[in-house]
Amino acid sequence: MKQYVGMDELQIGEEGVVHRIELCGTFQRRIQDLGLIHGTTVQCIHQSPCGDPIAYLIRGAIIAMRNSDAKHIIVQVGGELCGPDRREYESKSN
Amino acid sequence: MGLTEENMSRKAIERGMDFGRDQGEPLVALMGNPNVGKSTIFNCLTKMNQHTGNWPGKTVSIASGQFTYKGKLYRITDLPGTYSLLGRSAEEEVAVDFLRYGKAECVVIVCDATCLERNLIQVLQVMELTDRIIVCVNLLDEAEKKHIEIDLSRLERELGVPVIGTSASNGTGVEKLQSTVRQMVEGFCVCRPKRVSEMEEDASLHSMCKERHLWEADAAAPLFVHRAEQLAAMVSNGAGGYTAREARIDRILTGRRTALPILFAMLLVVFWITIVGANYPSSMLQTLFDWIGGWMRKAAVAASLPWWLQGVLLDGIWATVARVVAVMLPPMAIFFPLFTLLEDLGFLPRIAYVLDHRFSKCGACGKQALSMCMGFGCNAAGVIGCRIIDSARERLIAILTNALVPCNGRFPALIMLITIFLSQHHGAPMTALLLAGFVVLSVVVTFAASWLLHKTVLRGTPTSFVLELPPFRKPKVGEVLVRSFLDRTFFVLKRAVLVAAPAGFVLWCVSNIAVGDTTLMLWLAGILEPMGRIMGMSGVVLLAFILGFPANELILPIILMILGGGTVISGEVGHDAARTILMQAGWGRETALCTILFFLFHWPCSTTCLTIYKETRSLKWTLWSIFLPTAVGVLLCVGVHLLI
Repeated sequence: MKQYVGMDELQIGEEGVVHRIELCGTFQRRIQDLGLIHGTTVQCIHQSPCGDPIAYLIRGAIIAMRNSDAKHIIVQVGGELCGPDRREYESKSN
Repeated sequence: MGLTEENMSRKAIERGMDFGRDQGEPLVALMGNPNVGKSTIFNCLTKMNQHTGNWPGKTVSIASGQFTYKGKLYRITDLPGTYSLLGRSAEEEVAVDFLRYGKAECVVIVCDATCLERNLIQVLQVMELTDRIIVCVNLLDEAEKKHIEIDLSRLERELGVPVIGTSASNGTGVEKLQSTVRQMVEGFCVCRPKRVSEMEEDASLHSMCKERHLWEADAAAPLFVHRAEQLAAMVSNGAGGYTAREARIDRILTGRRTALPILFAMLLVVFWITIVGANYPSSMLQTLFDWIGGWMRKAAVAASLPWWLQGVLLDGIWATVARVVAVMLPPMAIFFPLFTLLEDLGFLPRIAYVLDHRFSKCGACGKQALSMCMGFGCNAAGVIGCRIIDSARERLIAILTNALVPCNGRFPALIMLITIFLSQHHGAPMTALLLAGFVVLSVVVTFAASWLLHKTVLRGTPTSFVLELPPFRKPKVGEVLVRSFLDRTFFVLKRAVLVAAPAGFVLWCVSNIAVGDTTLMLWLAGILEPMGRIMGMSGVVLLAFILGFPANELILPIILMILGGGTVISGEVGHDAARTILMQAGWGRETALCTILFFLFHWPCSTTCLTIYKETRSLKWTLWSIFLPTAVGVLLCVGVHLLI
């Protein structure tokens, strides 16, 4: 079943696909450069001792992010984990 | 606020342009994401023929070096690691400015083979700016361990620029990289980079390209990510991911219950090794210097030099230099390489990760933990390291509080005072424990001071925080230890000559120039005496702190010089000699405790002050950075004095 949650709500080990990024400006650009865009798969892998920040696996790298930032990244959990935009792009470029 | 983006960037451009060619040799720029082994490649290419920074590993300013290949000299520049080209932080601006105006003959982009997809994003962005690119896929050995295979020739075809595979840690592929650089510089290698902006058919994007570079447009950013994704899928069989072993280490190292105890234990072990390891060389050096000093004195008497020249040279300059080297060098040369090792292991970013929550509560950035750790090596390096913090406000907090943690130059003095007065009957483990306790105190004060700044002069909301936790890498232990040991030894010796010798001269002068019926030194100490008394110390100690402004390593030797009357006590070396001198001067536990506290919290040394001024371009904030630790130190010392 499809469900949309903030990235900070992922359980450890759980995967999600980025659905919407409700951030703007420098920070949005910064996470884009890390490869985090619409359709990217992220996995929550670890929580720091206070539960904030949380470490995510993004394109093979471990990235730590504060929950106040991560909650603005809406991810899809459950259902078929594949971003529509990505499929569209791949079919176009092939 | 003095620290605006504008003047940071102006400085960045100056820095970038500093590394123009000296004698017209070709310029090669090295860039890439952080933690891809860029500095290892740099070291491989230059074979130590380079300007080493005070804090190796983390390249925050531009390092420059040279290498010779087939009889031709190349100048190579190691740009700071960046994820992006859109210069929003100071170091990214340095990289972009360099690409645009540095006119490098050749740009080598280093990629991490275990994380190729993410690295390719930047490769594609740089390809928009220049033709002369070599892509260097590094860490192939690590990729192999993770069963990742990369089709380099396919990648070369798809990108249209040369692709070289390397494993810099064992030197594989570096020769090939050099020959490709040569071909490119001499024009034998024609690149036809397949740019994302040229592949895209979308008309609206094309109009965007006309006005600005495509990579600068926010809307275009996903194109680069998609193309990188596509390329990575073509040439590699997957990203490294997160192995079960790494997960296990992380669970322990950064776990809920284990993180802080492990951090403390790590400090303890590092200090213990430093303390135990430094004892022996320290007393050996002291014996050696005593012997040389005695010999020189005989020579001076034989040559019948005038008394004042003998005094200046032997009691002033030589005695100070010898003390600084003998007392301070061994602990510094042991502590520093150990810390470098922790950095190379990938441990320091994890400290930032663990401590970020506390920093955010104090209105600061978790990356401050990194600059703080660099401060343990050298506060000036720590202040420069604050550039990794993006927000100007948080960066300023980090800069102003950096000198609150003891630098490498203060550790030997702390160790000596603790050994003599606080742990004399309990041996090295107790000394290490107490030292770690004082370091924890300094970290707690850093948090408190950050919070205070956040609540008073530097109000604002905490900004976002993104930090990559690099995979654990097995550092080349031997090489790291030897190199940073040599670096440190050389650095301390150079500083001993440059700073300790003039200080010795001044010291001899103030202790021999008469004012009325006393010497200038006693007169100055007399003025400072009431202040020193209130703080549980004495005027002499305060005077030593003031005279030690050029370098913290000088303070304890100066105290010993003044109290011991400049004479070398024969038969006793190292700690024993110091104990005799301090005991005779009537020092007790309280004096030692107050001195230790003031060692931890007083004004930064001259180099650090200068660096702070350079980084903030503001006299006001430089004065703040002097006032803040001094105020903390005075308050604590007065408090201890009143309570005991």
